[in-house]
Amino acid sequence: MTDPVLEVIELTKSFGAVTASDGLTFSVKRGEIHALIGPNGAGKSTAIGQLSGEILPDSGRVRFNGHDVTHMPTYRRAQLGLQRSYQITSLFPDFTAEDNVAMAIQAQQGHSFQFLTRARRDQTLRQPARLALKRVGMEDKAELKVTALAHGEQRQLELAMALATGPTMLLLDEPMAGMGQSESLAMMEILRPLKGEVGILLVEHDMDVVFALADAVSVLVKGAVLMTGTPEEVRTNAEVRRAYLGDEG
Amino acid sequence: MTWKLTRRTYVHGIGLMIMLALPVVANAVGEPFLTTIASRVLIYAIAAVSLDLILGFGAMVSFGHSAFFGIGAYAVGILTHHAFNSEVIAFLPGDWTGSTAAVIQWPLAILAAGFFALVIGALSLRTQGVYFIMITLAFAQMLYYLMISLPTYGGEDGLNLWERSNLPPFDLYDDQQFYYLTAALLLAFLALTRRIVGSRFGMVLKGCKQNEPRMKSLGFPTYRYKLTAFVIAGMGAGLAGALAANHTEFVGPGMMHWTRSGEIMVMVILGGMGTLIGPVLGAATLLLMEEVLSQFTEHWMVILGPFLVIVVLFARGGIYGWLVGQEQDDD
Amino acid sequence: MTLVLFLEQTLNGLQQGVMLFLMAAGLTLVFGIMHLINLAHGSLYMVGAYVTATVTLASGNFAVGVLAGMAAAGVAGMVVELLALRRLYTRDHLDQVLATFGVILTFNELTKIIWGPQALFLSTPAWLSGTVEIIPGAPYPAYRLFIIVVGLLVGAVLRHLIINTRLGMLIRAGATHREMVGAMGVNIDRLFTIVFGVGAMLAGLAGAISGPMLATEVGMGEKILILTFVVIIIGGIGSVRGALVGAILVGVVDTYGRAFLPTIMRSFFEPSVADSVGASMSSMTIYVLMAMVLIWRPRGLFQAYGGT
Repeated sequence: MTDPVLEVIELTKSFGAVTASDGLTFSVKRGEIHALIGPNGAGKSTAIGQLSGEILPDSGRVRFNGHDVTHMPTYRRAQLGLQRSYQITSLFPDFTAEDNVAMAIQAQQGHSFQFLTRARRDQTLRQPARLALKRVGMEDKAELKVTALAHGEQRQLELAMALATGPTMLLLDEPMAGMGQSESLAMMEILRPLKGEVGILLVEHDMDVVFALADAVSVLVKGAVLMTGTPEEVRTNAEVRRAYLGDEG
Repeated sequence: MTWKLTRRTYVHGIGLMIMLALPVVANAVGEPFLTTIASRVLIYAIAAVSLDLILGFGAMVSFGHSAFFGIGAYAVGILTHHAFNSEVIAFLPGDWTGSTAAVIQWPLAILAAGFFALVIGALSLRTQGVYFIMITLAFAQMLYYLMISLPTYGGEDGLNLWERSNLPPFDLYDDQQFYYLTAALLLAFLALTRRIVGSRFGMVLKGCKQNEPRMKSLGFPTYRYKLTAFVIAGMGAGLAGALAANHTEFVGPGMMHWTRSGEIMVMVILGGMGTLIGPVLGAATLLLMEEVLSQFTEHWMVILGPFLVIVVLFARGGIYGWLVGQEQDDD
Repeated sequence: MTLVLFLEQTLNGLQQGVMLFLMAAGLTLVFGIMHLINLAHGSLYMVGAYVTATVTLASGNFAVGVLAGMAAAGVAGMVVELLALRRLYTRDHLDQVLATFGVILTFNELTKIIWGPQALFLSTPAWLSGTVEIIPGAPYPAYRLFIIVVGLLVGAVLRHLIINTRLGMLIRAGATHREMVGAMGVNIDRLFTIVFGVGAMLAGLAGAISGPMLATEVGMGEKILILTFVVIIIGGIGSVRGALVGAILVGVVDTYGRAFLPTIMRSFFEPSVADSVGASMSSMTIYVLMAMVLIWRPRGLFQAYGGT
């Protein structure tokens, strides 16, 4: 199937006098890692919020995997296979790492109106949870409470949760936020093999990461897409340079 | 199956032994009224455990819980009243004159409480935080004023029950039998809530308590789960109310006042929120403190007040947490 | 029902609304800025009432009594803030509810110990005892007008404070962006204390002027506390404007309910039933009002503060 997994069409959102999204338009191909970059205040978080359903657009459309999800509540989009991770870590602090991932899997499986069987012994939840943790290299931390994990490990756990459900697409909002060099590299090696399997929209500031991972890049300036192209095309584009005031690229 | 002999095991074991031996000991030392007091503790323990389900595990701070307690009590009261006077119940279809049979009264009390919990919960759970607290309080007050306004059922003075529920082969007038029946119901309810809390449903509830936006973004329509828990808790409170009506042979609107919800909440917190056993200890502590302290001074509240503040500020795990050691998980 | 009766009840509603506003303004600010649910606010009202009654009876001077009541409430408030509330700012709402519930129990008992369980009664001061013919043909109690005037005056002063002064700007900013205000170098602790003190004194004032109209008794704080919470929920937490609108709304609806519902019920029921049904339905009206508002606007009418 060559149709895009995510289509964003003329998305517009204003907060009072501030226009955060101004006719936002771009699309993400299946299995592609698509980076969303832009200077501060460009509207990246608002964009992601409208894709995940936490913010509702004033106008425009979002099509995900053939469905019009523009006004769908967040939990419905998640059920359709659109998962997101958060810039500020959002986990279940009193649960163990494995509990957290099992929660994500349970969300996907359904059957949550069971009252009498012990969830922590349910292998249909625990097995895939351990596997997902293994995938991000955290299987030895499975029994630790989130509060006992380092910041980088918590970010990895976020990713494990998003992956555990076998999503069609991931919205990753600065997954490497607050990570050191080696942690970031480790994270990149977890993301790289996902190419071809999961579509990823990656909001990132770090250009090294973008150039190492991304198949396509969309540059967001003042709530609208300035250009979409390969990392190389974006790097050499004069307008993009100007938008960043010569800071990066 | 291996059993670890932890502090927790000791606490549970000793508690169970006290619960089972109490009436026997009370009789032996010639103070049978202790059994009556203990029954009251057990009844409120059921109400407190049911509140812990939504408060301790689902983070729903409901000041409406007393309403469901009162509904359960009034269900029994109304059915007994009509049966005793051989009057037809006007607001129900047909010519039913009520019943004093526990097997009819008590399930009806539970269902009535559950029904009201469904309606009140469906409306209240559309709000969150302090708005939720206030709207549940409002509903409790609405029911309170409603019962005051119905002269047929006693109005402000309440209703006396001229007969306790009929549950062959038990004689509910016998203090000891009533006590053991209540104890059995409490233990059954504890076993049930423990299972619920460890189940897939329970995990959803606990997830909602810790991070509800994350639950939604994972794909859970959280409203449904919270409402279900709210109804289950309401039914538990209804059962407690039905037992209370029998115990005091009286139902009154005061049972529904929001301050009653506050008292039950205090039991949960004092005992240890989110532990299920904690609320039982909390009920025992609060009611016993009331009994004991009021012998010394009618102003015992001036001791309880600061005590409560101190527990909230410094002893987060409550009495159960203090007894059992660091926070234990419920599985 | 005559027009005169309707106008009279409207004035009564306004008077009750204004009393609620005095309570609600302080409570909503404390909640909006410090995110603190303070159930003990009603106890400060009670302190104001008791001290005012005692001082007035002892000195024969109502004005002195009111000032004493306000001061006592302010002091009591500061003591509670220092001992208990300060540690609660960072805690979750449940802890705050429970701890301040404990404060209520303590205050109620202390009051019983100091003043005994009997209620105190204060008569209207001589210079406010007359009537004013504000509605042609219907003399209206001067004291109630006095309350309305006091309330509206306080409202005007608060409005000036909030819109035109630096303190007011900080209050408005603090209601929505607490961290930023702190980051701007403002002494947050002092701001909190001032806000809390103002709220406590307003509660004390409400208690003080309630003396001649209501019995001064233990438990009076809880009754008005519930109404006050209903007001700020309807008005929207953190909004003083919402507190005023909510208070007037609640005062008027409650007064109309009590005045007219029993009469309305008589067209459906026989008199004795009608009166009791009417009486409790009128107690219910404000709760029904609040539930309706929340279902339509889950955050109140003028939401200034974004919820938990």
